[in-house]
Amino acid sequence: MTVIHDRPGNPAAGDADRPIGFGRIQRKEDPRFVRGKGNYIDDMVLPGMLHGAILRAPVAHARLVSIDTTNALAHPKVLAVITGKDLVALNLAWAPTLSADVQAVLVTDKVRFQGQEVAFVVAEDRYAARDALELIDVEYDLLPPVIDARKALDPDAPLIRDDLEGRTDNRIFDWEMGDEAETEAIFAAADVVVAQEIVYPRVHPAPMETCGAVADFDAVSGKLTLYETTQAPHAHRTLFAIVAGIPEHKIRIVSPDIGGGFGNKVGIYPGYILAVVGSIVTGKPVKWVEDRSENLMSTSFARDYIMQGEIAATRDGRILALRTSVLADHGAFNATAQPTKNPAGFFSIFTGSYDLKAAYCKVRGVYTNKAPGGVAYACSFRVTEAVYLVERMVDILARKLDMDPAELRLKNFIKPEQFPYANKTGWVYDSGNYEKAMRLSMEMAGYEALRREQAEKRERGELMGIGVAFFTEVVGAGPRKHFDIVGLGMADGAELRVHPTGKAVVRLSVQSQGQGHETTFAQIVAEELGIPPENIDVVHGDTDQTPFGLGTYGSRSTPVSGGAVALVARKVREKAKLIAAAMLETRPEDLEWEKGRWFVKGDPGAGKTIEEIAMAAHGTMTLPEGIDGNLDAEVTYDPPNLTFPFGAYICVVDIDPGTGHVKVRRFIAVDDCGTRINPMIIEGQVHGGLTDGVGMALMEIIEFDEAGNCLGGSFMDYLIPTAMEVPDWETGFTVTPSPHHPIGAKGIGESATVGSPPAIVNAVVDALAPYGVIHMDMPCTPARVWEAMQGRPRPPI
Amino acid sequence: MQISMTVNGNEVVSEIEPRVLLVHYIRDVLGLTGTHWGCDTTNCGTCVVLMDGQPVKSCTVLAAMAAGHDIRTVEGLATAGTLDPVQQGFMEEHGLQCGFCTPGMMLTARALLDKNPHPDDTEIRKAISGQICRCTGYVTIVRSIQWAAAHPAGAVADVAATDEVIEGTDTAIPDIADTEVKA
Repeated sequence: MTVIHDRPGNPAAGDADRPIGFGRIQRKEDPRFVRGKGNYIDDMVLPGMLHGAILRAPVAHARLVSIDTTNALAHPKVLAVITGKDLVALNLAWAPTLSADVQAVLVTDKVRFQGQEVAFVVAEDRYAARDALELIDVEYDLLPPVIDARKALDPDAPLIRDDLEGRTDNRIFDWEMGDEAETEAIFAAADVVVAQEIVYPRVHPAPMETCGAVADFDAVSGKLTLYETTQAPHAHRTLFAIVAGIPEHKIRIVSPDIGGGFGNKVGIYPGYILAVVGSIVTGKPVKWVEDRSENLMSTSFARDYIMQGEIAATRDGRILALRTSVLADHGAFNATAQPTKNPAGFFSIFTGSYDLKAAYCKVRGVYTNKAPGGVAYACSFRVTEAVYLVERMVDILARKLDMDPAELRLKNFIKPEQFPYANKTGWVYDSGNYEKAMRLSMEMAGYEALRREQAEKRERGELMGIGVAFFTEVVGAGPRKHFDIVGLGMADGAELRVHPTGKAVVRLSVQSQGQGHETTFAQIVAEELGIPPENIDVVHGDTDQTPFGLGTYGSRSTPVSGGAVALVARKVREKAKLIAAAMLETRPEDLEWEKGRWFVKGDPGAGKTIEEIAMAAHGTMTLPEGIDGNLDAEVTYDPPNLTFPFGAYICVVDIDPGTGHVKVRRFIAVDDCGTRINPMIIEGQVHGGLTDGVGMALMEIIEFDEAGNCLGGSFMDYLIPTAMEVPDWETGFTVTPSPHHPIGAKGIGESATVGSPPAIVNAVVDALAPYGVIHMDMPCTPARVWEAMQGRPRPPI
Repeated sequence: MQISMTVNGNEVVSEIEPRVLLVHYIRDVLGLTGTHWGCDTTNCGTCVVLMDGQPVKSCTVLAAMAAGHDIRTVEGLATAGTLDPVQQGFMEEHGLQCGFCTPGMMLTARALLDKNPHPDDTEIRKAISGQICRCTGYVTIVRSIQWAAAHPAGAVADVAATDEVIEGTDTAIPDIADTEVKA
């Protein structure tokens, strides 16, 4: 094992030794951001632009009796007030969701969650639009709400979705994976069985930039240009064509710089549609940007899973089987953004990193009077919940068996020689070396010394905890035959043009929200063609300028679009080979590639650089038969499988026995995302995800009171980690390339968000072992830790 | 009402509604959109600007209250076309991802370094503790500000490594030359 104890330098652009291809280089997008020259949705100003604001319901469940907009319309700066009744006339009152349900754009019949959209005002400026909201009179007839998902299917539970024909209860779906009978047989015969209810409470991605749109409908050409905060511009274009009835070639979606997404900006929110309606009605561009409370209360939340976990093992610590039954709270509309055949996302990866004999899960989704959503916040389609469940259950088993949690994991890992590994719920893990990553993290942490320190501290009554977690992620959907979003196959396109002077432009179907696509994808082209990254422009986020594809979420940019870009560059390289052969008057098979040029085998001096070939391709020479006069190519990449990044995390916490306050002292994260394109960007992605984990494990929760009032509707209530709550992250990595990916890369964007919450909670529970605590649910706030110490741990929902 | 103030060294005079927030004045009236807005409750700090050299959350200052004062925004960080060392530091040390909190973070950093040219990591963390970043996990922001402290003249040379990354790798990148190209 190579151990390098220094951080590679970060040569400024222009240095001769800067890598052409993979390696640590500065980001190409940073110069505009550090100058305040980013272009976010609220920075956009179009001539004559108006401003929209949404009136939202103050209650969770109520019949709409009447809306009086007279006073609002009389406001001198108000141009339009749109209600549900207006939308009914336009056939736009309801819009399809990404999960085969419908969602009200504006309330027509009844309110189904607090914060639901009731009316839309269009005014000359943002202050006037807000003023006018106060002038709208709405009368509601209150209905009893369903807040606790556990009671959603009670016989006397109020019916939330009476708009759906034939609906008699609040059930959305029942879904299962794995073999129930086989699993039951193993559980029945097992030496040891441990069961635990594990709750992953509702949280929110809360990107620093809220959601928004600027709609510009040109009545003459019939063309809609919609600037919006979307992670998936092409999917949105198709959906808008379906929702609004505007022909798809007359829709242009532009996603400008996005101030963080994390899954929050995948769905189509009523506000986007209302901006479009506002523009059509007024004939002018309309901007709508939500405020923070609107973001937290109405846009896509995450998690809200109540999981009954069971694990079966032999007495000496061989894990045999896992089983779980999940109650999933999807809110008032089933608006989760996930593949059609996977109503619980990729939750069935809950088998984790272990070689099991059997596994079975079932998930029941229910409606409640809460905001819709569910798949968001860097969750890789519910892998967060899955990993949290298995990693808590393994820790609980370790306690039961009186085994060290790291040793128990090492004993049960899938072995390197077992890959590709078919798990018990239908996934084929592509590659892994789990023991190596686990041992590296233990070495970095000084695991044995930490356990000794803990033992000494326990003697003195000090509460120190060491949490271990290991995760296997599944990211990068398709293949398209298995995975689609509302019928659109999950594949991604790339177009590459090499201009005559050898400079290039690559166009992507995915959209960055801060991940550094303009750098990473230029580096992939650079690696494949030898063109320096600064000579490669990356175009993304504009459906009129980029090839079709499903967008950025679930860590799929590098696994899918990265594959597309590598392959399109290789296509160009192969074309360049034919042209070079003609230029050198030799046969293509006599040429050999080195980064940046084709040369004659055995005669390295006789060669042509990619720049020379590009000029020749566009010049006057006679090109080989069938070769067009350019150096361009396009590709749509349909991945043969997903990629399975993994990692070993160790967290050290200290708990104040007087207050229950948890301090994360150290966090060691070893990640394996296969081939590493830009280590600096990877490290940054990991740091961000670890911070998400601190937030979810210790602070973040969207709670509701019995009346359905959202108690997490502002940053006063929804707490996010600051620089004071996070330690100096200690990161390491192993490299186990994906065998099927063109450059061996896997996704990394969500690994740390998935892997860190169980590491932190395992550490908290470990610290509380002297109090007999076996499990406590997130968030581990001082009050909740205190309750656990008193023997009264309670679920958060 | 009429207000006047200095913004990035320029005198500005405007007729505004008394209730206009400084953040909206800077963004919507002056068109300086580098200053961002992220919450309703003075928690997030994406709107931080310097008022007479002190960081303030411009969502919680009326434009009228800034009248007569000296305001500096991200657009005023670079001087005569040269980036402030803080701006360089954020690029060197990957102190930003989506870039939304970055202007506020950099202005707080500038104010800190003006007062305390050699802060320790804890002092930096405290200085930025009123601001939220959802992308970076803060450590690279601390490194960025330390980079600026170590390069007060904005030198381009690389800093000595201040932390370590342990690499354990023995698996080669797969042979990629034969991978089939799919059109």
